[in-house]
Amino acid sequence: MRSLRSIGLFLFLFSFFLFLGLFFMSEYTLTEEIFKSKVKVEHQESLQPAMAELFDQTYNTSYAFVNAVSGVIDQVNAEFRQAQQWDKVIYDDYVASLTKASTTGMVVDHTTLLFFLVFGIGLIGALLFILPKAKLEPAGIKNNGIFHDALNSRGWIGILIGTVLIGFYIMIYFYDAYIMNWIILVAPLKHWIYPQGESSQWFLYGFLYTFAVLVMGGRMIVKYRHSKYQIFRTISVMFFQLAFAFLIPEIMVRLNQPYFDFKNMWPLDYDFFDAWHINMLTSGGGLGIFMFAWGITLFVVGVPVFVYFFGKRWYCSWVCGCGGLAETAGDPFRHLSDKSVKAWKVERWLIHAVLVFAVIMTVGVLYNFITGTSTIFGLDTYTYLRKPYGFMIGSIFSGVVGTGFYPLMGNRVWCRFGCPLAAYLGFIQRFKSRFRITTNGGQCISCGNCSTYCEMGIDVRWYAQRGQNIIRSSCVGCGVCSSVCPRGVLNLEVKDEKGRFGQPVLLGNNHISLPEIKAVN
Amino acid sequence: MKNIVIIGNGIAGITAARHIRKRSDHHITVISSETEHFFSRTALMYIYMGHMNFENTKPYEDWFWKKNRIELLKAHVEHVKTTDKTITLSTGATLGYDILIIATGSKSNKFGWSGQDLKGVQGLYSFQDLEEMEANTKDVKRAVIVGGGLIGVEMAEMLLSRKIEVTFLVRENSFWSNVLPRQEAELISKHLQVHHVDLKTSAELEKILPDDNGKVKGVITKNGEQIDCQFVGLTVGVSPNIDFLKDSDIEIKRGVLVNEFLETNIPDVYAIGDCVERTYELPGRRNIEQVWYTGRMMGEVVAQSICDTKTKYEPGPWFNSAKFFDIEYQTYGNVGNELKPNEEEFYWEHQGGKKAIHFVWDKNSKQFLGVNVFGIRLRHEKFDAWLREKRSIEFVLHNLSSANFDPEFFDRYENEIVSDFEKKVLAIKSAVV
Ligand SMILES: Cc1cc2nc3c(=O)[nH]c(=O)nc-3n(C[C@H](O)[C@H](O)[C@H](O)COP(=O)(O)OP(=O)(O)OC[C@H]3O[C@@H](n4cnc5c(N)ncnc54)[C@H](O)[C@@H]3O)c2cc1C
Ligand code: SF4
Ligand code: SF4
Repeated sequence: MRSLRSIGLFLFLFSFFLFLGLFFMSEYTLTEEIFKSKVKVEHQESLQPAMAELFDQTYNTSYAFVNAVSGVIDQVNAEFRQAQQWDKVIYDDYVASLTKASTTGMVVDHTTLLFFLVFGIGLIGALLFILPKAKLEPAGIKNNGIFHDALNSRGWIGILIGTVLIGFYIMIYFYDAYIMNWIILVAPLKHWIYPQGESSQWFLYGFLYTFAVLVMGGRMIVKYRHSKYQIFRTISVMFFQLAFAFLIPEIMVRLNQPYFDFKNMWPLDYDFFDAWHINMLTSGGGLGIFMFAWGITLFVVGVPVFVYFFGKRWYCSWVCGCGGLAETAGDPFRHLSDKSVKAWKVERWLIHAVLVFAVIMTVGVLYNFITGTSTIFGLDTYTYLRKPYGFMIGSIFSGVVGTGFYPLMGNRVWCRFGCPLAAYLGFIQRFKSRFRITTNGGQCISCGNCSTYCEMGIDVRWYAQRGQNIIRSSCVGCGVCSSVCPRGVLNLEVKDEKGRFGQPVLLGNNHISLPEIKAVN
Repeated sequence: MKNIVIIGNGIAGITAARHIRKRSDHHITVISSETEHFFSRTALMYIYMGHMNFENTKPYEDWFWKKNRIELLKAHVEHVKTTDKTITLSTGATLGYDILIIATGSKSNKFGWSGQDLKGVQGLYSFQDLEEMEANTKDVKRAVIVGGGLIGVEMAEMLLSRKIEVTFLVRENSFWSNVLPRQEAELISKHLQVHHVDLKTSAELEKILPDDNGKVKGVITKNGEQIDCQFVGLTVGVSPNIDFLKDSDIEIKRGVLVNEFLETNIPDVYAIGDCVERTYELPGRRNIEQVWYTGRMMGEVVAQSICDTKTKYEPGPWFNSAKFFDIEYQTYGNVGNELKPNEEEFYWEHQGGKKAIHFVWDKNSKQFLGVNVFGIRLRHEKFDAWLREKRSIEFVLHNLSSANFDPEFFDRYENEIVSDFEKKVLAIKSAVV
């Protein structure tokens, strides 16, 4: 069993390093033929003279090639600008398509084989590493060594993985041409799902994301195999990621329908009301209109109703994609969340600020959509609202920080400090819901396991040790505090709203009255 | 405004300080020689096992004390002079008080075994013990734990988490059977073996053997068996940590003697928590109660007495909980290790051997007296009410599902338990009638 695990780890590391190595394993040669096939006729004339210098030159790294190509385009554009020939400036993004077409070598020649070497072997390795745990030790909470581990406790492995993740996110969002080898690597899968489709950085991202949720979901199930709550919840996020976030949208496109993730919703899906998106859906026929109506119903009716009956968890730790990744791939880092009251203060300011920003932006774009303009109060909504939101919140906060910082700040940074949908769900959970975490009388021994493993940085113990129920807008109902509590003190429950906040008096001595207990301030 | 000095920053002393602050403006000083800030002793094992770091075991952030005007002093109290209301610290400094609260907790027992002070031999109570254990267990292959109580089993789990083999010497014929009934003791014994604990029952320590460097190299049991080991954990219970009071006027026996108001024989001197020995009986409770909850409740009581109305220490029905490796344990009311003449029992065990429940009630009145439960969580609130209301065993069983506290989707066993109860207990009844 132990040797199986070692083999598994070896295989996984092999595929992981192979994957990283593929980054360097192509050559890039632009030919006139490629140039002509990828660049629009009207741009060919202006670009050809400068671009011709690159023809048939071979570059060894994507970095050098991309710099050369974008250098040429920038230079040509600069000349146009200098000459004030604004209409000639080229805005089309040719860098990625030219890079893809110019890539040659092993990755292009043996794509399918490499795909299986990386993801097939990776999967087998991961499973060999994960599954034998179930036989090696009895079921139960085994957080042994987490605070001594170089991966889990911000040691060198954690910092390394964090750096790789951050780098990866930056490239996905801003420099997709650099990672063309990886985009090509997953092309066979893209073609299998949607033969006419082109693999892109977003397909790569979606695939890796789903792969991580499924593999690490398997790990989560093995780790918490004594808890049906954790098992069901994990299967649920795995299912929603695979089916709703990854496959169904691709299938929709294959069926000539709009790309649509049925479980995503405004305001997390912040461009839902952008004119292009509304137009795409409403021009997509009956199904498109249904999608539009569905998206609105989900946050107008679905959120309040489901949060009332189940708490915010129905979305955050059962359905959501960000939550799904956090609860699977992020589980080894959950204890890194900051529990201080200070962090809680920052959290409340930040998350509500993002919500306000999202609402203002949406009002702006809706105004544009209805009036057919592109400004509000004389300000261009793209420049002043959509672009900064997309860049700062959509890319940097939710992606680079939200996931890249898993090994450094815990797995729910985005969900806790940034997600506007979480703010909205949390608001209802706090004020109008049947959900609470019940504290079991006076049984708490203040050990701190619950607070330590709360990924949302809630100081659960603060409430538990005074016999109070835990009702916090940020609680995503992951149930891990209840799982790790060694004294059976915590239980996620839905019950009558009456008495939800619980009596602040601990069970114990007769005739003890406690002065009113206030929440931490 | 009075000057209140509390010796000991454990759960008892800290609870008293917090509640005095909530109720009054008295000047509060808490003295301890262990750690600067309050931490949870019950979590010591998790630090060693890497589930948490020391910071995580502090129930309050460090700014809390200043904000609540609770003065902390890291020092050891050497003497208490009640005639002039002062205490002397190890630094030689003296400190006056108007009200003194003694909350000095316990210390590990040692029974004068030969070799008990060797390097590599220790108990586990304080933070310093933990640091010592960290140092003592480097490069250890086998450890012997002496004494089968709760701290012993925690120590076994700690050592195994570092891949150190554990031999567990238990004087009784199964684990903790001086507290647990036979069935439960066996269930836990089996579970320890699943975790590869080498459990030796009916085994008593004779002496501990030194090597040439004054380190432990093994133990010899009373049966003459020699076990080689590089670490010995002595977990044979704890007793009140009150040696520094011996030359004071405060009356002590095994612990600091107190009445029902937690007052000592000296006015304005109270004692709470582990270090207390009650001079009066409380049904179902020992006179020295060395549990977390007692410290907490006594802290609440003493605070109310000092600031508002004089209040008796009248803890409700007994409750406690623990965890034996993967098996959680809760108890409400009293289930002794042996049935009393007036008692009847019903024991149910799940076939997996990781869940069990044990009810005890009065034979004649049918009044429910107590429950031990393993691997299933029960609601404290319900059982507390049922015990106070003196409910019958039938009532408890019929309402058992309302007291279930397991997470959603967990398998439920109430039906199985109740039908088993009806089969075993009621069938015997009708046969007798
Ligand atoms: C490993 C372990 C696990 C446990 N698990 C559980 C559990 O699961 N459930 C449960 O109910 N109980 C448990 N207990 C018992 C529980 O921790 C104690 O009952 C409780 O901590 C006692 O609290 P206290 O405030 O009375 O004393 P303590 O917590 O012992 O605090 C007393 C403090 O006073 C200090 N002190 C003593 N003398 C002096 C002096 N002269 N000058 C200055 N300072 C002094 C001590 O250093 C100490 O810091 C456990 C104990 C241990 C050791
Ligand atoms: S994990 Fe359980 S016992 Fe420990 S502090 Fe939290 S609620 Fe209390
Ligand atoms: S309080 Fe508990 S259930 Fe809520 S997020 Fe924290 S660990 Fe999860």
